Amino acid sequence: MTRAGLLRAGAFIAAGIAFPLVFSAAWLVNIGVLTLMYAALAVAWNLFSGYSGYISLGQVAFFGLGAYSLGITFEHFGIGSGYNPFYALPLVGAGVALASLPVAWIALRTRHMTFAIVTLTLLFVVQQLAFNLHSITHGSSGLEVPPPTFSADTYDQPFYYAMLGIVVLGLGVCWTVLRSKLGLMLLAIREDEEKARGLGVRVTGAKLIAWWLSIWLTAMVGGVWAYYLTFIYPESSVDPLVMIGAVLMTFLGGRGTLWGPVIGALVLVPAQQYMIIHLGGSQLYLVGYAAVFMVVLLLLPRGILPSLRDLIVRLRERQRTRGRPIARQRAAT
Amino acid sequence: MTTLLEVDGLTKRFGGVTAVDACSFSVPTGSVTALVGPNGSGKTTAFNLITGYSRRDDGVIRFDGNSVRAPDPTRLARRGLTRTFQQARVFADLTLVENMVAALQQPWRSAFRSAVRPNERARALELLDEFGLARLAGERAGNLSYGQKKLLEFAAVLMGEPKLVLLDEPTAGVNPVLVEQIEARIRELNARGLTFLLVEHNMNLVMRLCDPVVVLDHGTKLAEGRPDEVRTDARVLDAYLGG
Repeated sequence: MTRAGLLRAGAFIAAGIAFPLVFSAAWLVNIGVLTLMYAALAVAWNLFSGYSGYISLGQVAFFGLGAYSLGITFEHFGIGSGYNPFYALPLVGAGVALASLPVAWIALRTRHMTFAIVTLTLLFVVQQLAFNLHSITHGSSGLEVPPPTFSADTYDQPFYYAMLGIVVLGLGVCWTVLRSKLGLMLLAIREDEEKARGLGVRVTGAKLIAWWLSIWLTAMVGGVWAYYLTFIYPESSVDPLVMIGAVLMTFLGGRGTLWGPVIGALVLVPAQQYMIIHLGGSQLYLVGYAAVFMVVLLLLPRGILPSLRDLIVRLRERQRTRGRPIARQRAAT
Repeated sequence: MTTLLEVDGLTKRFGGVTAVDACSFSVPTGSVTALVGPNGSGKTTAFNLITGYSRRDDGVIRFDGNSVRAPDPTRLARRGLTRTFQQARVFADLTLVENMVAALQQPWRSAFRSAVRPNERARALELLDEFGLARLAGERAGNLSYGQKKLLEFAAVLMGEPKLVLLDEPTAGVNPVLVEQIEARIRELNARGLTFLLVEHNMNLVMRLCDPVVVLDHGTKLAEGRPDEVRTDARVLDAYLGG
């Protein structure tokens, strides 16, 4: 890892840990939980869709499955209370991700628009299942998760740190993938999948590994969220708006980059919450939210990070060309 | 002389059009075989059928002594049969070195190893140097000229140490200096034992470089033999010049 990369990661983790200690008001920590939840979803989405180029609009189906899996595990196995359910998360996530592989294998036989639509369908299929599998999910009356036994003063903090942990884990996975052979395979697939096949790249396997990792993270986020709300029902746990939010945040920050999704979430979620507070009564906040996107897309069409990178390169270039005549003079004398 | 690739009765229909019609030919081990014919004679379709990019309706393909029942590009590449495309195809957003290393066939257990390991970089640079691209090694492939992309694509397929390379019009749209360079590379690699099958419209190049030459017309084989035999074949002249 480069020193600058290490510094960025260190600063992010330190700021993340410090935030609820400095701003301990419950409503602020609540916004923090929400921001980190979207950041984690965006990072997970980017891991599969950003690197492979396959735009999936169904990841939130597995957010919902993660939420329900945790809730159902609670109901039938009693995974304790307090911090214990958090430790069960990686296993719950792994199970959901494993179960999603056959569906992914079929969906991945399509590409581009078709893949986006097929995965979008998945979202509604899971939502309908949540409504109709009454005996498991309790349908539209919702599933109750036993409320955790945290003290009321710092109730949000464990969830905040759980979400932060998933974001950091997700970034770690992304970083590892990006600099690995798997990352190279995914980028080759994004650039030209047919060509990659002709070179002997095992495209299906590479896509399925990235998918598994992405769903694993996504389902864990769903689990934390279910435990946080202590009550889940089909509309809110498989919500197309959550999906769209995570995807747009990734586009905003910079698709296919490491930090882009986090930056997108850090900008958009607080902006959205701010507008809900100030314009919420009139539904005008949706207009404001849309306006943020329009401005960003207009000014930074490739996303914040890639546009910034371009700008830095251009500035350096200008500096170099400005320095050149002097260098030439010096060489002449 | 042994046969590396053998095609027998290969057929492909697109609706009412039979693009490749019971076509049979073979590529001897160690040869530079040419597949020529007028535009639309089925050369590229034959390439696609052999490499698994398109499914054949009929016929038998044998590669390296084994029958290939369901050709799949990935599996064939890993068995030593690889190809380039008529329009040079490279990974535009990756650097030249990354393009080269992406073409190395990796076992799953190295999936989480570093993308470009030092020995792989060395091998890539060595090959890039042979193709005169070493000084551009860190450049994005998308910034290359069309001719350079063709060279890169050619160099990359060699990373996997194939047995047979199918080149689809390696010199189309490339300046004369690069044509010479590509020809020299093919000769060198062939001298080292690599077998080639190429589709090519530059007849001078084909006559200099290739033996045997297979001529297709309307999807069927018109002639197959040494270049001088083929050149004087009345049916071939007919197909090319009309009559």
